[in-house]
Amino acid sequence: MTRSGASHPPVKPTDQSGRQEPATNPLTTSDSGGVMGDRVFSGVALLAGAAILVTLSFVAIFLSFNSVGAVYREEEGLILEQFLEYAYPLVVGTLIASLIALVLATPVAVGVALFVSHFAPPRLSKSIGYLIDLLAAIPSVVYGAWGMSFLGPALVPVYGWLHQNLGFIPLFAGAPSQTGRTIFTAGVVLGVMILPIITSVCREIFIQTPKLHEEAALALGATRWEMIMMAVFPFARAGIISGVMLGLGRALGETMAVALVLSPGLLSASLISSGNSTIPAEIALGFPEAPPGSERQAQLIAIGLVLFIITLIVNMTARWIVNRHKEFSGAN
Amino acid sequence: MSKSITAKDLNVYYGDFLAVQEVNINIAPRSVTAFIGPSGCGKTTLLRSLNRMHEVLPGARVEGQLLLDDDNIYGPGVDPVTVRSMVGMVFQRPNPFPTMSIRENVLAGYKLNGSRMSKSQADDIVEDALRGANLWNEVKDRLGKPGSGLSGGQQQRLCIARTVAVKPEVILMDEPCSALDPISTLAIEDLISELQQEYTIAIVTHNMQQAARVSQKTAFFNIAGTGKPGKLIEYADTSTIFNNPSNQQTERYVSGQFG
Repeated sequence: MTRSGASHPPVKPTDQSGRQEPATNPLTTSDSGGVMGDRVFSGVALLAGAAILVTLSFVAIFLSFNSVGAVYREEEGLILEQFLEYAYPLVVGTLIASLIALVLATPVAVGVALFVSHFAPPRLSKSIGYLIDLLAAIPSVVYGAWGMSFLGPALVPVYGWLHQNLGFIPLFAGAPSQTGRTIFTAGVVLGVMILPIITSVCREIFIQTPKLHEEAALALGATRWEMIMMAVFPFARAGIISGVMLGLGRALGETMAVALVLSPGLLSASLISSGNSTIPAEIALGFPEAPPGSERQAQLIAIGLVLFIITLIVNMTARWIVNRHKEFSGAN
Repeated sequence: MSKSITAKDLNVYYGDFLAVQEVNINIAPRSVTAFIGPSGCGKTTLLRSLNRMHEVLPGARVEGQLLLDDDNIYGPGVDPVTVRSMVGMVFQRPNPFPTMSIRENVLAGYKLNGSRMSKSQADDIVEDALRGANLWNEVKDRLGKPGSGLSGGQQQRLCIARTVAVKPEVILMDEPCSALDPISTLAIEDLISELQQEYTIAIVTHNMQQAARVSQKTAFFNIAGTGKPGKLIEYADTSTIFNNPSNQQTERYVSGQFG
């Protein structure tokens, strides 16, 4: 049956041929073009879903396979302990840098997103939105160069002051760096880099807060801020978390900026002296010098696998947090 | 408690657009006043201007005087937040806060005052408000459950309880039953006649039988055409409006000839 015939189901089969096919039940005939389209679409969707899984498993297999050399030596057998000793400072360094970035970026991002969505006059809020998006368009190598040549030196006096006045806290103990190329500087640069992504996710969510709930709060005598606390934040909670996690994912994996800003060294609690390193920076700096097939290369790939796992855990935790309060999410 | 509302030559604008023109009305304390009229005639706009909720939209403003007893709601230095805590509002669609439990929903407005309260005080407020909204018996065993899990009619009564808990002078209702089934509507209407003993109530409704059932006075609004401002055509006792209106437009509307 043709498309046109199906879209107007024949009530009485009298169109051209009179009562020639009285047995045809109009409910059993269907729009064959539509069915085809449906099949093609579901096939494409399935393919896309499968492609993600296949890619992911290939990456995981590649990483696992190539990192065997880092934890197994033919003469000595399993050398897991050696590897962990190597990996541990890098993992901690990565987490510290990302944590600094998150702590700095999240409040600013939420504040900017709130301003754009609920406080700024419409025209201003649009241009601020564009500016924020523009931040995301800056290549990471530019951020790195900026952090290395401008932000680092600019922070040197701050580090000096922190060391003098708060030196009793282990975070600010140790000789302050004279170049400013510390893990803290790297964290600040990362914070600026992840600001746009958190901001735009938060902004999208804040804008979607139901007018109904905002007005409910206002009608009870809430100020604008109280309305935001009562209606906007609870609604946006899951969105804020996923925005922060997206930011964290980027901060964890950021290579170029950290590699440029940080002068890497051994793990130390001090944020203001040179030292510490992150996994991506270590891989980027070490890979060109590692001969193919060597144990060093396997080590770098293995540490990459560790980063992969950390990111996976971060994302799953985020999901878990988002799901925990489903009953109260407003989706029901 | 319970104050009167008086509008004197009230014009309500959205930007340059005059939405409601020259309304003069006096809503007596402890009474129910119904606003009726065809869609777009400005009755919701007028209702929202009574507690300055229409200001939420950018460009919305008001000219003229609006008195809560003797105090001008639009006087200089008047904080809309204060006005709204004295003039509560119930919306067309039930809107309990989805992330809050039933108990938290009832206390939401009360907590805004910043007054500290013990748990037993809070319990009393919750019970009083829910009893006042005829909801206590249905929800007393699940106060910790989310408010969004209730049925539509229960949610609307929860919203009324939330409004009542703040002890306002006036309660505004914007078509509170239009999203509800007849049984829930009946429950809300019963509730309105009980609340009337303590509060001044103004209710917008599309349902003329409802206006006849719940209100003592009725205000009929109409517009001359699209883009023209809404006007108050007739304001009188409900029985007069429905049985013996003095204006021909009113008569045609209440007898179902248009709208």
